[in-house]
Amino acid sequence: MARFLLRRALSAVLTLFAVSVLTFLMFFALPRDPVSGMCPKNCDPERLERVRQELGLRDPLVTQYAGYLKGIVTGRDLGGAQGGRCDAPCLGWSYVNNEAVTDTLARVLPVTLSIVIPAAILWLLLGVGLGLVSALRRGTWLDRAAIGFSLAGASFQLYFVGAVLLLVFVYTLRWLPVPAYTPLSTDPWRWASGLVLAWVSLAFLFSAIYARLFRAQLLETLSEDFVRTARAKGLPRSRVYGRHALRAAITPVVTVAGLDVGAALGGTVITETTFGIQGLGRTAVEAVRDGDLPTIMATVLVAAVFVVLANLLVDLLYAVIDPRVRFG
Amino acid sequence: MDPYLRVEDLRVSFNTTDGVVRAVDGLSFSVERGRTLGVVGESGSGKSVTSLAILGLHDPRRATVTGGITVGGRQLIGRPESEVRRLRGRDAAMIFQDPLSALHPYYPVGRQIAEAYRVHHRGAGRAETRRRVIELLDRVGIPQPGRRYDQYPHEFSGGMRQRVMIAMALVNDPDLLIADEPTTALDVTVQAQILELLADLQAESGTAIVLITHDLGVVSQVADEVLVMYAGRAVEQGTVEQVLLRPQHPYTWGLLSSVPSLRGDAEADLRPIPGNPPSLIDVPAGCAFHPRCRYAEHTAGRCGTELPELRAAGTAGHRVACHLRTEERARRYAEDVARVGVAR
Repeated sequence: MARFLLRRALSAVLTLFAVSVLTFLMFFALPRDPVSGMCPKNCDPERLERVRQELGLRDPLVTQYAGYLKGIVTGRDLGGAQGGRCDAPCLGWSYVNNEAVTDTLARVLPVTLSIVIPAAILWLLLGVGLGLVSALRRGTWLDRAAIGFSLAGASFQLYFVGAVLLLVFVYTLRWLPVPAYTPLSTDPWRWASGLVLAWVSLAFLFSAIYARLFRAQLLETLSEDFVRTARAKGLPRSRVYGRHALRAAITPVVTVAGLDVGAALGGTVITETTFGIQGLGRTAVEAVRDGDLPTIMATVLVAAVFVVLANLLVDLLYAVIDPRVRFG
Repeated sequence: MDPYLRVEDLRVSFNTTDGVVRAVDGLSFSVERGRTLGVVGESGSGKSVTSLAILGLHDPRRATVTGGITVGGRQLIGRPESEVRRLRGRDAAMIFQDPLSALHPYYPVGRQIAEAYRVHHRGAGRAETRRRVIELLDRVGIPQPGRRYDQYPHEFSGGMRQRVMIAMALVNDPDLLIADEPTTALDVTVQAQILELLADLQAESGTAIVLITHDLGVVSQVADEVLVMYAGRAVEQGTVEQVLLRPQHPYTWGLLSSVPSLRGDAEADLRPIPGNPPSLIDVPAGCAFHPRCRYAEHTAGRCGTELPELRAAGTAGHRVACHLRTEERARRYAEDVARVGVAR
């Protein structure tokens, strides 16, 4: 088990390293000059040159990348008028937002976490629940209703569902305030009421896939020999399902959930835009629009960290669920 | 002595989109305590469907089961699931063909056996259950049972896994054991060990055993009586000596002559039955075997129209469902023996 963990953790670190190198190189491969992009009005060429120096853009690529990595680990001095000391983990200074990228992240990351984590819990419960009900009541109206619901979820787009929910619950019924982010620590009630529509929309869309996946997997598991053995032992139905079938059927759900949650944490652009909430997703899109290199790199890196962590977590859960993985 | 298991006119059919599959069609047999019945037939002859029906394991939404199944004096067909369930694993237990897929891959084997024990022994404590399971693992010949208790199925060899299955089946001291192809997935040497183990355990506990197999060699080693199935019906029934040494049904002759032997001429020895088992949706009229039977023309067309009943044939207790007249059958069989040496 320890070796398994070590191997997985090592490969996670390597993946992150590769992602950071690629983002770095990609940016320099772009035909656009990062500095003039930061300054769309007529900037004086001397000032541009100074910024280039400050950013270290005149140094060789390897030196620049080394400086970047060093900044993450120990912090670095950016120099220049706006810069000064940038503490570890330093992801650079955004000339567009005029703040350290770390500060931007500290502002938008909790927003995205607040959207995605409750939504993921909701969509998993809903998806697995619907899948379970429709598998157990296969062929009944309940099954068809669950499948119809999940088909609807899979067919709609978030901005449509979101707009309908906004129209009904915020603007017509006035049950909910206009969506906004309030930190959980400030006021849990306002935190929840400002985000609940985002959670529900995401859950509606995502749970569809889970319901279908889990239904199919459960039906397949129920025809497995070991389920027949469990019945032949004289176990009650509840135990045959709960202990023998569910555990075996949940594995693919864990895989897909890991990928989805990891990807969603990297930014839920459409959700944030639909509900007018500034999270990681919108920040990343705006950074790309503005050619804000340090912010782009930071958001890409953070997204990669989430995907890698989610995959690591999936692997760990696999090992917990399936003993063959631990020994394999 | 009253037989522990009595199956009477059992019929199992499945509704499919292609039509009704009559998997078992009027099957009757019985097994006494301490005796072993070998049920033989090709795949699709209804052997496994029969074994699942005895434990009431067919999904009532898909299968229709009628007739009578009496286990220890209790009629099972028509009983509510909750009652049949209490009997499963306690009075009648089952061993499946492939122990790797029949054991749950995620739980240690000891816990899987313990679960089978505790469901029928509500008051049993952890320590008592563990002791009982380890005792069983030891009894089926698993070395270091205390250590093996906590291991997973994938850490066992095929033969050891089947021993685990047997331990699981025996943990509640059932009076009836149904073994569905218990050695098919195993090496020949391991196969012999498992059969020996089953015979030993039966000698100790007096369990009635239904052994389902397509392997006549297995039957000859452990069975007392034999039931030969074809297309969901019994075509021949009798003691091992009767059925294997003096077979009466042309299908049994075919089965026997398609078994390879270490002795004799290899060329002449193996003679597979021509054709394939019939579709159970559209079973041939009359005797289901007649399209593949070399003797069907000797009955003036009766084989193709009239369903043969099981009738006494040969020595006492031996029964066969065939339209060939006794003397005709004896002559044909003698010819066959002379030509290829059917009985060995």
